[in-house]
Amino acid sequence: MSTTYEVPVQTRSAKELKLIANDLRRDIITMLEKSKSGHPGGSLSSAEIISVLYFSGLMRYDADKPEDPFIDHFVLSKGHAAPVLYAAFHQLGWISDEDILTLRQLGSKLQGHPDCHCCPGLEVCTGSLGQGLSIAAGIALGLKKDAAAAGTEPNRVFVLLGDGEMQEGSNWESIMFAGNQGLDNMIAFLDKNRLQIDGPVDEVNSLGDIQAKFASFGWDVMTVDGHDVSALTEATSAAIEHTGTPTVIVCDTVKGKGVSFMENQVGWHGSAPNAEQAAQALAEIAAKRAEIEKEA
Amino acid sequence: MANRATREAYGETLIELAKEGVNVVAVDADLAGSTQTAKLGAYDSDRLVDVGIAEQDMMGVAAGLSLTGRIPFTGSFAVFGVGRCYDQIRNTVCDARLNVKVCPTHAGITVGEDGATHQMLEDIGMMRALPQMRVMVPADYWSAKAAIRIAAETDGPVYVRLGRHKVPEVYDETFKGGLPYAGVLREGTDVTLAACGVEVAQALAAADLLAEKGISAEVIDVFSVSPLDEDVICSSAAKTGHVVTCEEHMVTGGMGSAVAELLAQKNPTPMRFVGMRSFGTSAPGDVLLEHFGLDGKGIAAAVEGFLA
Repeated sequence: MSTTYEVPVQTRSAKELKLIANDLRRDIITMLEKSKSGHPGGSLSSAEIISVLYFSGLMRYDADKPEDPFIDHFVLSKGHAAPVLYAAFHQLGWISDEDILTLRQLGSKLQGHPDCHCCPGLEVCTGSLGQGLSIAAGIALGLKKDAAAAGTEPNRVFVLLGDGEMQEGSNWESIMFAGNQGLDNMIAFLDKNRLQIDGPVDEVNSLGDIQAKFASFGWDVMTVDGHDVSALTEATSAAIEHTGTPTVIVCDTVKGKGVSFMENQVGWHGSAPNAEQAAQALAEIAAKRAEIEKEA
Repeated sequence: MANRATREAYGETLIELAKEGVNVVAVDADLAGSTQTAKLGAYDSDRLVDVGIAEQDMMGVAAGLSLTGRIPFTGSFAVFGVGRCYDQIRNTVCDARLNVKVCPTHAGITVGEDGATHQMLEDIGMMRALPQMRVMVPADYWSAKAAIRIAAETDGPVYVRLGRHKVPEVYDETFKGGLPYAGVLREGTDVTLAACGVEVAQALAAADLLAEKGISAEVIDVFSVSPLDEDVICSSAAKTGHVVTCEEHMVTGGMGSAVAELLAQKNPTPMRFVGMRSFGTSAPGDVLLEHFGLDGKGIAAAVEGFLA
């Protein structure tokens, strides 16, 4: 597929992507312990998705221009997972070692939910759930119109959704619109970690067969293990090549992934670890890093 | 000149801007014919997106289009195009300071026959409470043209309140307006009638009635409600010592509230508020203006009671 831009980010191996996801988890715990506030569960569940998006080279952006990096675009619809995105920006050097310790504090770049006027790398404010998909569709439509006028291939929009978030009716307005418009430059990742604040999604208000629902609205649907960087990379590549319809990649994930006592625990949706808990979490993450490093 | 509704300026001005090379697009929600954004679509189909009956998606798509360098104007009726997507306007458009122009039509009690569910009476309050949002309430066709043009030229979120009620023309094609802008349409010494939108013509009618009774009313068109033209409003209040605000909107939170907030701090002045204090009901717009005391007679009666 021809593009009007050089791809500025080097592609990385599966092992490197795993190591980055692990480092994102380290930063998430460090940030939250310091801020004593934030959302670990849904940040940890998205680590591999964000690692693949920002470090596989598949999503194109200018890493040297954090104030306006967009070639392809990214919208974090599940804005409460801001720490995982901040951790990626830390990896990229867009925010400093000092900044990472200021999450949710007065004057910080790292607002509780992403704010494009405080932090580089962002172009919208998200966190009120169910809004990201429509924004992404508007961007995708604009990019397609630009490309049609210029006779080029359109740049792309990636959007990260939560599964609890899919209960918001506004998403379904957008799913219908994007399907009917054939926005094939739009790729959604659904972080299906199965838990929301009040309990399991299936018990609070089940999404039912979410894959069939997207498909019936005219979307291409893939399902992957959301913690398998190779599967995520492969699915993202396929979604990029796919034409005619938007794509959703349903990612089966574990809320709180990578920290034993947080995994699959509703209580860790929006509570920060204390010093002792953070120390244990960081020890587990460090042990996992050593394990990944031994891989071929 | 025949009476025209402010919405009649909407599509026409968007076409003018497009012809001038301004990258305007319209995003509507199945009301493109009524709001007249369809005119822009007829001029250039690439510039109109109709998302169907989905106001939240309308606002989100407009937000996204603004991030690709376009200047999106949204449609629908004010009750839906503000009320149904307030969260998108607040959190997506205003907090991120996106270049989206929220310009629904059919605002106010003069929507008429459709009745209370379709008569948006609290949009000025909702929009002026939002940081970043500029609010204009044009009084006639010409000031509506100016407001749409100003919206396109102003970076960031703008709200323009448009109506379907046909109103007499107060201005001509030379009207420019501004942010802020308020204009003295008639000079007077006993009371200031500060009006916006449909109520400007009614305030001018009230001034005629009051003149017959020996009361000299100054009439101000409060074209921009946020920000307010503080100098024009404060000087008039200082001169007359009495201010009556007139709007087809709830008294709570509306233009009158904005003027009261200003005067309380800069030039405390006794005030009265002509506006809505309940939901509306079905009837032709003119009948409703009279029924709710919003017509020239009703305003004049409010002034007489105030000055008595």
